[in-house]
Amino acid sequence: MYRIAVMGDEQSVLGFAALGLEVHPVSGAEEARTVLHRLAKEEVAIIYMTEQLASGLSAEIARYRDALTPAIILIPGKEGSLGLGMQNVKTTVERAVGADII
Amino acid sequence: MPSTIINPTRMELTRLKRQLKTAQRGHKLLRDKRDELMKQFMDIVRENRALRSRVEEGLMQAHGSFTVASALMTPEMLRQSLLVPVRSVQLDMSFENIMSVDVPRYHFTEKQEGSGYPYGFAQTSGELDDAVEALSGVFRDMLRLAEVEKTTQLLAEEIEKTRRRVNALEYVKIPQMQENIRYITMKLDENERANTIRLMKVKDMILKEAIREQRAADAEAIRECSM
Repeated sequence: MYRIAVMGDEQSVLGFAALGLEVHPVSGAEEARTVLHRLAKEEVAIIYMTEQLASGLSAEIARYRDALTPAIILIPGKEGSLGLGMQNVKTTVERAVGADII
Repeated sequence: MPSTIINPTRMELTRLKRQLKTAQRGHKLLRDKRDELMKQFMDIVRENRALRSRVEEGLMQAHGSFTVASALMTPEMLRQSLLVPVRSVQLDMSFENIMSVDVPRYHFTEKQEGSGYPYGFAQTSGELDDAVEALSGVFRDMLRLAEVEKTTQLLAEEIEKTRRRVNALEYVKIPQMQENIRYITMKLDENERANTIRLMKVKDMILKEAIREQRAADAEAIRECSM
C-alpha cells in the first residue's frame, strides 16, 4: 500500500488532512530536505509540495525526477501560484524536444 | 583520412560493412521509437497542461476559503478540527508500459465515514466547509495530475536518451564508418593498381631480357653462317 504526502507551510497543507492525506507541515528548506528524503525512502508514491517550498529545493526535486517513485508534484500554496508548476511542464517539454514548442 | 588508425585489409572491410549495416538498422529503429514516443508525449503533455491549470485554479479557490476560515477560527481550533480525518485514501500503484518506459498508474479507493467532514458544524465556520469541499472536488484531478506529470517526466527522459542515440548514430557513427570504408576501399584499390604496375614492369624486364638473348643468339647464328 502506498501513501500520499503533502508538504508545505502549515496553512497551505492543513486542509489536505481532512481528505485523509498525510500532511507534513514544514518551515524552512533545511527541515523540508530531511523530510523529503525520509519520505522518498518510505513507500510514498506521491508527494504534493507547495511551490513556495519547492523553490528552495530544486536540486532535491531534480534528483527524484527520473525515479519511478516518488512523484513530486508542485501545487500552489496559500500565497498563490508562482508559475513554477507550469514552468516545470515547460522544462520537461524542452528536455524532450530540445526546444519549447508549446 | 579516418580519424583513427585502421588496417586497410579485406577482413577489416567486411567487418566494417557488417557494422555499418547494423548501425543503419539500429538508427532506423531508434528513429521510429523516438517519433512514436514523441507522438505519445505530445498528447500527454497537452493533458498535463490542462489538468495543471484546472488543479491550480481549484486549489486557489480552496486556499481562499481556507484563509477566511483561519481568520475566523483560532489556529488550535483549526488544527483540532482537521487533524483527525474521517476520510482515508488507499492508493495502489501499478505500472504501464509505454514504448518500453514504465510509467505509474495510480488506483485509489476513498473511504468515508459519516458526513465526510471531520468536525462538528457547531464550532467551525462555513468557509472551512467550503475549503474542504473544494479540496475534495479537486482531489481526483490532483491524483490524475500526479500520474500524468510523472509520466511526462519519465517519457521526457527516455525521449532525450533516444534522441541522443539517434543523433550520435546519424551524425557521428555512421559517417565515420562510411569514411573508414571509403578509406579501406581506396587503399585496397591503390594496392591493386600498384600490383598491376609492378607486374607490367616485371613483364617488360623479362621481355627485354628475352629479346636481348634472342638477338645475341641470332647474331651468333649469322656469324656461324658467314664463316
